Amino acid sequence: MNFRRFFLIATPYAWLLALFLVPFLIVFKISLSDYAISIPPYTPVLDPSAGWEGFKTFLSELDFENFVFLTEDALYWKAYLSSLQIAAIATFITLLVGYPIAYGMAQASDEWRPTLMMLVILPFWTSFLIRVYSWIGILSNEGFLNQFLLWTGIIDTPLAIMNTNTAVYIGIVYTYLPFMVLPIYSALEKLDGSLIEAAEDLGCSRASAFWLVTFPLSKPGVIAGCFLVFIPALGEFVIPSILGGSSTLMIGKVLFEEFFSNRDWPVASAVAVVLLLILIVPIILFQRNEQKQREAGL
Amino acid sequence: MAQPANRPVFAPWNDPEEKPLIQFKGVTKKFGEFIAIDNLTLDIFRREFFALLGPSGCGKTTLMRMLAGFENPTTGQILLDGKDLANVPPNKRETNMMFQSYALFPHLSVWDNIAFGLKRSPMPKEQIGPRVEEMLRLVRLEKFARRKPHQISGGQRQRVALARSLAKAPKLLLLDEPLGALDKKLRQDTQFELMDIQEKTGTTFVIVTHDQEEAMTVASRVAVMDHGRMIQVDTPDRIYETPNSVYVADFIGDVNIIKGTAAPSGDNKYTISWAEGQPPIIGTTAAAIGKDTPVHFAIRPEKVAISAEKPADRANALQGRIEDIAYLGNISTYKVELANGTMIKAQVANDRRLARRTFTWDDTVWLSFTDTAGVVLLT
Repeated sequence: MNFRRFFLIATPYAWLLALFLVPFLIVFKISLSDYAISIPPYTPVLDPSAGWEGFKTFLSELDFENFVFLTEDALYWKAYLSSLQIAAIATFITLLVGYPIAYGMAQASDEWRPTLMMLVILPFWTSFLIRVYSWIGILSNEGFLNQFLLWTGIIDTPLAIMNTNTAVYIGIVYTYLPFMVLPIYSALEKLDGSLIEAAEDLGCSRASAFWLVTFPLSKPGVIAGCFLVFIPALGEFVIPSILGGSSTLMIGKVLFEEFFSNRDWPVASAVAVVLLLILIVPIILFQRNEQKQREAGL
Repeated sequence: MAQPANRPVFAPWNDPEEKPLIQFKGVTKKFGEFIAIDNLTLDIFRREFFALLGPSGCGKTTLMRMLAGFENPTTGQILLDGKDLANVPPNKRETNMMFQSYALFPHLSVWDNIAFGLKRSPMPKEQIGPRVEEMLRLVRLEKFARRKPHQISGGQRQRVALARSLAKAPKLLLLDEPLGALDKKLRQDTQFELMDIQEKTGTTFVIVTHDQEEAMTVASRVAVMDHGRMIQVDTPDRIYETPNSVYVADFIGDVNIIKGTAAPSGDNKYTISWAEGQPPIIGTTAAAIGKDTPVHFAIRPEKVAISAEKPADRANALQGRIEDIAYLGNISTYKVELANGTMIKAQVANDRRLARRTFTWDDTVWLSFTDTAGVVLLT
């Protein structure tokens, strides 16, 4: 075993260990602790000076009662379900919006593609927070959208979009659209144009050639895009707290409130651990999709 | 295509009663200012194996894409079986195409690739399976039916593409550089396989190729194209033996071309004076050429004999010095420099072992050919 190879493999593992596993273990440990009015706001705290006996008492004081609590209060599982639902619907809408954009980009002539790509990436040049805030100016009762619709006479009372789930959907779709467009575009861009011609030659109409050839071949991109939107959307906090209303129930918001409003770190940690467990399922599926694609040599 | 002696010669183009399957009538295709096809008129007959041959950019691919329906003529008409093809989209044409890149659907198995067109046709479901099996047998891929295209070799992929394009039994099969991606040995085997399949299925094949050897091997007729025009449409042997222009003579095979001025010497014979100090060349042509007409005399290297002594019985004999010898195994090409600096190539079959070769570098030799061996060309 040569040193260079070891070093090459060790670096990402050390990174994961220090920045993912260790913080996760700390959060997991807090989730097993009890709430306390102290600094830090939980007990027990491991005291290395107490030695082996101290460690044993420390372990004996850890328990799963916070997780049990999560199942008892309907707020939590409702928040999880509601988050799953909002993330799933938002992902689907993003797909509906993103696919035509990616398709259009892939069909564009070579000279236009870099410009179109730039336009998709351009929003990242501004702060995410500012972009979400600016939607208030568009969606609120006195916002541009309502003013425009009132001016055209389509509506006579302002639409209440702000502080509803609709606003949250708009925010998520807008924010995560590039994550959907780019993987689909990269799948469509690789597509050999003669495949479509071959499908037409063998009797397909334009539409059926799309559904039988283009879409199945862009599926890896669609799956990748959906995961890239779904996973962060599930734990999203900023968008529902800025654009959503009091009825918008999302686990990110609950998590925030437990940590900062209630200062109940152990329960908040338990919420975070469960969220992670929920996310592991799609993440593993995503990894498998990527691997399958590599194996297929596509 | 070589025909056995006991069968009538396949030559529908010589039969005025025969109705062509495809007719191009004054077809022009422009891309912007660029003229890809220039006022082309051409008939292709049923069961023909028709080769479109030419350098890249000569318009042969455009011609094929117009037959498939991916391009429409700017002016003129294309008829298939007497019906105008204008405004008939590719999916409604009774033509199928085998693509240069094969264009196999990577997400479908070999079986599903072949069945793809059949499933889109009015064929009843229970007939699709047997038809696919039949196609798999035809291209000898029964064992690979469940594989995906990336799990088989290039030669196998080529055969899947062929089976897929033949599955719907099209009136016309278009092959766009079908063998371009195969190595030479496999290509030669596949050429014979293609001819075999063409004969078995009785389909009309139109093949696009830039490989003149391939066109000569497979085709019943070859069309040599240049700059969107048909230069010559003829059987392979006539293209080779009696090219109608310097372009065709030069494009097909190896040739010596000598520029000179012709003077009739009776009996279809012409005396071509071509260089100071060199004896004039005696050539034959049926075309009537006036005195002092500038002509090109084209002669194939294999029709030039090489000898140590001046042969008495041949109409033409030129003396020179062996400048170079290219040994190709079965044949050797001698490059002989004449006294005035002209290079003439002569090809000799190596029927003896190399060590017993009669001539070597710098030998003075005589090149000779009969008065009918070459062709006299005006253009």
